[in-house]
Amino acid sequence: MTTLWQSMLIALRALRVNKMRALLTMLGIIIGIAAVIAMVAIGSGASKMISDQIASIGSNLLLVIPGSTTSGGLRTGSGGTPTLTYDDAKAIRAECPSVAEVAPTVRGSAQVVFGNQNWSTIVMGTTSDMLTVRDWPLVSGRNISPSDVDGAIKNCIIGQTVAENLFGSADPIGKIIRIKKIPFTVIGMLEHKGQSPQGQDQDDVIYIPLTTAQRKVFGSQFPNSVGAMMIQAKDADVLKKAEEEVTALLDQRHRIGPSRERDFTVRNLSEILAVSEQSSKVMSILLGAVASISLIVGGIGIMNIMLVSVTERTREIGIRMAIGAKQRDILLQFLTEAVLLTTVGGIIGMGVGVIGAMVVSKLMNWPTLISSTAIVIAFAFSAGVGVFFGFYPARKAASLNPIDALRYE
Amino acid sequence: MDDVVKVTDVTKVYTMGDQRVEALKGISFSVRRGEFVAIMGASGSGKSTCMNMLGCLDVPTSGEYRLEDVNVGKLAGNELAEIRNRKIGFVFQGFNLLARTTARENVELPLVYARIPAAERREKAIAALAQVGLAGREDHYSNQLSGGQQQRVAIARALVNDPAIIMADEPTGNLDSKTSVEIMSIFQQLNRRGITILMVTHEPDIAAYTGRHLIFRDGLIISDTPNANPQVAEASREERI
Ligand SMILES: Nc1ncnc2c1ncn2[C@@H]1O[C@H](COP(=O)(O)OP(=O)(O)OP(=O)(O)O)[C@@H](O)[C@H]1O
Ligand SMILES: [Mg+2]
Repeated sequence: MTTLWQSMLIALRALRVNKMRALLTMLGIIIGIAAVIAMVAIGSGASKMISDQIASIGSNLLLVIPGSTTSGGLRTGSGGTPTLTYDDAKAIRAECPSVAEVAPTVRGSAQVVFGNQNWSTIVMGTTSDMLTVRDWPLVSGRNISPSDVDGAIKNCIIGQTVAENLFGSADPIGKIIRIKKIPFTVIGMLEHKGQSPQGQDQDDVIYIPLTTAQRKVFGSQFPNSVGAMMIQAKDADVLKKAEEEVTALLDQRHRIGPSRERDFTVRNLSEILAVSEQSSKVMSILLGAVASISLIVGGIGIMNIMLVSVTERTREIGIRMAIGAKQRDILLQFLTEAVLLTTVGGIIGMGVGVIGAMVVSKLMNWPTLISSTAIVIAFAFSAGVGVFFGFYPARKAASLNPIDALRYE
Repeated sequence: MDDVVKVTDVTKVYTMGDQRVEALKGISFSVRRGEFVAIMGASGSGKSTCMNMLGCLDVPTSGEYRLEDVNVGKLAGNELAEIRNRKIGFVFQGFNLLARTTARENVELPLVYARIPAAERREKAIAALAQVGLAGREDHYSNQLSGGQQQRVAIARALVNDPAIIMADEPTGNLDSKTSVEIMSIFQQLNRRGITILMVTHEPDIAAYTGRHLIFRDGLIISDTPNANPQVAEASREERI
């Protein structure tokens, strides 16, 4: 029995003799591994992006919106009549034991002006709970305080996109900006948050006290109404329970019964987002599976060439056997050759795949994620392909009869 | 008793479909250490079959073959491979060197399978090549050598592992008469150093260099005669070892 090292040397020599053939054979594996690496990188990049975005929304969240849902999930009779009030929000906060925070919101778009800069953005009236619910720290300044809300004070905190567009690199804290021509003092600036799962720029926002929005900015015929409420449960375990408590309390407050259709909807935001995260993971697995088909095709190419090689080298096999090579020496020799082909092809393929993933992420502005696990698995896989598809030809070589092999022309 | 080879009532039958070919019909003979034996006979008389069996490439259908007192017929494939590696050196009519491989690497091949370390392999291969008059040609590729030189590389490869016996099946069959004499000269020198050689040949003047003639006909040995005065092969001057 020769050592593995000897088989390596013999295999290297055999591959050197037929460089072009070795290269073409490897091409199948190179393409296969490159495809797997690139696809997995793109797929897991996408699912990482989605889970990051989910994390950016905040965790354990319920969303309460006006209007009811049909069984099909379609919202009916919503929007038109604002049915949720600030008092509902306060009641939920006070009476639902599984609820940690409640952030009611009133939302609208507005033109904001600072000096000669102006910017059109989303203005949201809310309470001090908002930043906790959204898990969104400030870079500077302070949050909206309860007294800001109670007094309908004209203070605001601004997102990064707004800050950039109005102030450039200057410090916005303490500056006066005009929202719909009403002067507001900037009291805080939010951290960078990035895109939402729906692809919106979450930093393009201004938060103002809820009451200020209701009474001074978006005056309407329903002065106490809120557009939606974001509710954070105490933790993931009581999320379901919080949903039930909120629904029960609002049912009671809105006198929902057999004769009165429910006029609000409670949605489990975290659950919805988890589903989209799951589907993106499935997608990336699917991409990898499709790519690995090309790896199998590459493996069949290896097997084909190895079979040709065994036939061509029948006489060599006969000589080696006559001289004392055992069956397992011959087996090892051809197996090593196949594995060498696939692993070298695999390494090149990894390089090509990584570069391909980087090019995709650059050109298409798509995030890619190359994990070391994927690299290790791809390497093991390419060696495995060599063993799997090299075994049959190698066994064929090893089981040759030395006399017949020596006589082979 | 110093029999290297002892063959008793050996038969070899090839079956192909419903056809039976009796290549050996029951042969018995023995070869003592240090003998140089020529096997002769018409084409198809079973010489190569006998050599393959003696060389442990094949086993007898019936009868007993003992190589250095080991009953070879009882051994499995791997054990046969080991015997071929350690006790037998082959020389073929068609040289059978590995292409695109240097003379030294060809000679090292049996040592590779004997798992001898590289440095020792190299040393032994160089010594074996020197014994066949190829000192200085170690790094020539086998296809860069003449037929006679290739056959000498093959002989070096056969003797590098210190085998009990060298099996040569028509070693001069592909060579011209001058080169054939050179090869016989090498065999005679090796034989003089005590190496046992069994050689198949068609040509009586090649057989004349050996010490004993075994003649096959139709799978049987019909004569076994010693050659008291073997002809001495004169190596030409530049080939002298
Ligand atoms: N593998 C085989 N299968 C079937 N028949 C075989 C096989 N090998 C040899 N034979 C037959 O056995 C007989 C002896 O063959 P062998 O090769 O031993 O003859 P030989 O004496 O070496 O002849 P030559 O001088 O032509 O080399 C022949 O009839 C041959 O056809
Ligand atoms: Mg023959």
